[in-house]
This record gives sequence, C-alpha cells and structure tokens, in this order.
Amino acid sequence: MNDVSDPIIEIRHLHTRFGDAVVHDDVNLVVLRGEIFALAGSSGCGKSTLLREIIQLQQPESGSIKVFGCEVQGMRSDQATIMRRRMGVMFERGALFSALTVAENVGMPLREHTNLSSELIDEIAAIKIALVGLPDSAGAKYPAELSGGMRKRAALARAIALDPELLILDEPTAGLDPLSANSLDELVRHLKELLGLTILMITHDIDLLWGVADRVAILGDGHVLGEGTMEELSKSDHPMVRAYFYGPRGRAAWEQTWNQK
Amino acid sequence: MSASTLAPKAEANLEKTHEAAIMRCSGEWTLRAIPPLERHIAQLAWPASGAVIIESTAVTALDSVGAWLIFRTLRQLERMGLNVTIRGLCPEYQALLQLIQTHASGERAPGLLRHSFLNRFGRIVWRHVDEFNGLLAFLGEIVVAMLRALAHPSRIRWRAVLYNLQIAGFNALPIVGLLAFLIGVVVAFQGSVQLVRYGANIFVADLVGLSILREMAPLLTAIIVAGRSGSAYAAQIGTMKVTEEIDALRTIGVSPMELLVLPKMLALLVALPLLTVYADILGVLGGMIVAKTQLNVGFADFLDRFDDAVKVSSFLVGLGKAPVFAAIIVLVGCFQGFRVSGSADSVGHQTTVSVVQAIFLVIVFDALFSVIFSWLKI
Repeated sequence: MNDVSDPIIEIRHLHTRFGDAVVHDDVNLVVLRGEIFALAGSSGCGKSTLLREIIQLQQPESGSIKVFGCEVQGMRSDQATIMRRRMGVMFERGALFSALTVAENVGMPLREHTNLSSELIDEIAAIKIALVGLPDSAGAKYPAELSGGMRKRAALARAIALDPELLILDEPTAGLDPLSANSLDELVRHLKELLGLTILMITHDIDLLWGVADRVAILGDGHVLGEGTMEELSKSDHPMVRAYFYGPRGRAAWEQTWNQK
Repeated sequence: MSASTLAPKAEANLEKTHEAAIMRCSGEWTLRAIPPLERHIAQLAWPASGAVIIESTAVTALDSVGAWLIFRTLRQLERMGLNVTIRGLCPEYQALLQLIQTHASGERAPGLLRHSFLNRFGRIVWRHVDEFNGLLAFLGEIVVAMLRALAHPSRIRWRAVLYNLQIAGFNALPIVGLLAFLIGVVVAFQGSVQLVRYGANIFVADLVGLSILREMAPLLTAIIVAGRSGSAYAAQIGTMKVTEEIDALRTIGVSPMELLVLPKMLALLVALPLLTVYADILGVLGGMIVAKTQLNVGFADFLDRFDDAVKVSSFLVGLGKAPVFAAIIVLVGCFQGFRVSGSADSVGHQTTVSVVQAIFLVIVFDALFSVIFSWLKI
C-alpha cells in the first residue's frame, strides 16, 4: 500500500474556464506518494484554481482529478468527508477561525472527526503547536494577537492536526520575511521526513523551489509548461520557463544553490 | 471505488503478556485506531514497582498521535516510579517518538485564564469606564471635526452627505411612515374607549396630537433609525477596521473622521428631524381615521380642535429632540465601529452593542428632556 511510486493525485485532461477566460486547457499532473511537489507559475495562471479543484471547493469543466485513487468529481459527501480527513490544507492567509484560540483552532479537526477525550486532544494540540515551532504561550492566544509568521505556523499546525497523508500548502512563505521563510522551509522538509507526508504546494518562492521541492510543475497559458526536478527544468528551452529561472531573482537563487553543492 | 479503500480498517492493540512486566503493542497506532486504545490504557493495571518492557516490534504504523500516546504512557509510568524500556521500535518510528519527546514541554495547551469574581467585576467596571471615556473623547473629536468643517465648508464631502441622506433618510420613509401611522391608530383606539364613556369624543384630537407630536413620533423614528442605520454604521466601519481599510485611509492622509463619520452626522442631523415631521403627519392621520370611524369626529372637526389643543411649542419640543437623537445614533454607531478589533466575531458584537446603546441613550435622553421641559413649563 505504501508503494513509493503510488500516485496520490492524478490529474488528466483538465479543462476549466471562467466565462470566456480559459484557465486550464488540458492540464495533466501526477503527484507521487512521499514527494514534495510544487506548482509554480506567474500570478493568475490558474494555480490556485487547480488547488481549489483538488480540494473540491470548485468544479472543473471537464477532465478527471483523482486523489488517493478516487475520482473527486461527483463523489458522495460521506466519501468526500473521509477523503478530507486524509488531507490537510493550509490557506494562503491562514484562515484561522478568529473566534477561537490557536489551541482550539488546532484541536478543532480532532474534536470534529475523532472521539478522543478532550484532555488528549488538548495535549495533541499542544504538541502540534510545539512541532511547528511556536512557543507554548501561543496556544492560548487569539489569531489576531499573532504576527503574520506565527499565524502561518498556527495554520500549519491546524493542517497537520489529523496527521494527514497529503498536505496542501498555498503560498506557505508568501508575506514572510526571509528568515521566517527559511525556517518554514526547513519545517516543511522536517515534517515531511518525520511524518511521511506527501506535500503539494503552490509557491512563487524560487528559494523554496530550489531548496525543498522534489519535483516542480510550471503552469502557464493553461498548460503545464514544464515538469520535473529543478535541474531538469532549468535546462528547459521554453521561453516562459526560462524567464522564470533566468530572471534576476531566479539567477540569484540558482547561484546560491550551486554554491552550496 | 468504495469507502472502505479510503479508510482502511485500522486496529491498534496493547496486550499484557502473562509475564506481567511486558506490554506488547501491535497494529496501527494511528489517529484512526487510537480512541478505544486511549480508554484501554487508562484502565490497565500496571505493576506497583519494578521494570516494565514495552515490546513494539509488531507496530505496523505510527503517526504523531500514536507516538504521543506511547510517550504519554511512558511518562506516566516513569512518574509512578517504574523503570520503563521500549524495545523493538523500528528506526523511523524511533525518530518520530524522539521528535515528540523533544517537543513535549508543556503538559497541555493552556486554556483561557480563569479569574476570580472580584477580578472579573473589576475588569467589567474598568471596561465600562474606559468605554465611556472613549465615547466622550470620540464626541470631542466629532465636534472638532465639525467646527473645522464649518470653517472650511469646501472640505465637506457633499456627495457622501447626500448618499447618506438617501440611505438613512429617504429609504427609511416607508417603514417610518407605516409604523407611525399604526401607532397613531393604536393611541386613538385606546383613548376612544375612555373618551366615549365621558362623551368627550372631540378630545381625541388633544390625545393624539400631544402624544404623537411630543413623544411618540420623535422616539419611534429615532429607535427605527438606530436599528436601521446605527447598526449599519457600526458594521461598515468595523469591517473596514478588520480589513485595515481605516489604516489605509490614515496613511493616504484622509481622516476617517472626515470621510466616514462627518457625512453620516450631517446627513442624519438633517434626515432625522425631517423623518420626525413625516412621522408626525402620518401618526396624526392614523388618529384621524380612527376618530372618524370609531368616534364620529370628522376630519374638519378634528383639525379644528387640533388647532386649539396643540400649540406650536408642542410640535417644536418633539422636533427639537430629533437632532439630539440623531447625534446619539451616529456617535454610538461610529464609535462602536471603531472599537472593533481583529475578528469577525467582534464586528457582530460591536454592532449589537451599538444598537442597544443607541436605543438606551435615546430613551434616557428622552426622559431627561421630559424632566427639563416640565421644569421650564413648556
């Protein structure tokens, strides 16, 4: 069952459009178990739409999306609930419930989906909060009292509350200072190794692409412009992919990685 | 594909072998299988002293919840003075257990702090005093802003004033008119029963005229507007505060007071008196219709008596209260809007508070006016 080449997400011939605007025109992607897969591409290329379609917040026009081997479109609601339990989602702006404390936020999926004692739930919430590198005192605080970086960590703690097999991160480092972004990079890698997660993330952060992602797909014009490891992609001759890599920021990140090796 | 593939049946076991000191863990120690195990562990009878060996070769899956449960059990046993060793855990799971161990500093997520009664009482008193101070400071700011606007009338945002005049004034005409009419009908009806008994039918004009013009119309209009517009002010400003639009306005150099509060104040200072006059008219109309149908007092007789019974001062007393009520509604609505902090919950709370406080203050001031007018013998 835990075969390494076992696909967790399989997207075939996906088409999406909003009115006249075509967002996805035959998108094909496979995310394998145990890898960190990153979706990159310029703003408005349909990354977030694709993510929303995978987590069933939006319907594509045609094509198939399989998660854990099951077609998500037209899935019965009880199956969808089971599937949602197996994945954790961290939204770009955290989406923490503002009326609950951080500990309550993290404990909420556990309270909803399991019948553990509330004592054990509080303990698990505390350990998840510690795992993402927040101080103990953060648990009793409300999201509004936290800084942006801490809010992202708290959102991550909530996403991993149910020990999901698949973790979906929308722009995990957007809006963070470089130091916090670096430590979040490490955190993601660390969690993946220890908890055996599969991670799908959307990111613009070229450092994150070089440093963390196992494989990367670049979206543009409604297609997948390139897919593979960063080394493979950096040899691509597609102009938009090259622009992504050989712009000034891309070059700096590339040199940095090169120097480290 | 069936649901069963999505959620494979999971089982975690912990059994005591006949040698009392060895515990054998097996199966999937994951979130899916943990809940019964938690209860099972709590009921286990551990030896009073000596060594316990936890044998975990047969654990086929372990997630962080399972690891926590193992760690928690270990810790509990160690606290009981037992010597615990764990044996046969594969390296990956060992690493996970290690991770949990290094992060397990706190016992549990601290809940909300609980305060003593006196402490809570003090906080509540302080909060109200603080709020009252804030309200006075806000009133001061509005007055300063209004004086500044009077000095430079060109800086008043007339478009926003007219917009607010339409929203808070013109759009409120149907509801205010209908309710004023009904109140007029009710007052006349209640009075008519008594008046017929004394054959004093014509005095229905005094009754309706004085009660509607002096009290009912201004109060009713103010309460409807507080519910309609006061809440909208609080919610609008509160939401703008949450989305940091207020901060954005300040950084652009636009005073939120000038853009958001002043137009509302100017608009309602005009709209509420006008609405009150409108409510006066429809309230009296309601009374006239009841007078004609129930008391056989025709429109002409009614208006004749009305002219004698109700002095202009009564009308002005009612009308004079309207601007004060308007100021209260805008003041409280906007003030509560600015007090919103951070969360969506807070917007709802402050909106409710704004309506309750505005209506409360309107009625308190109405009572004060009654006392003052009776002193002045108006």
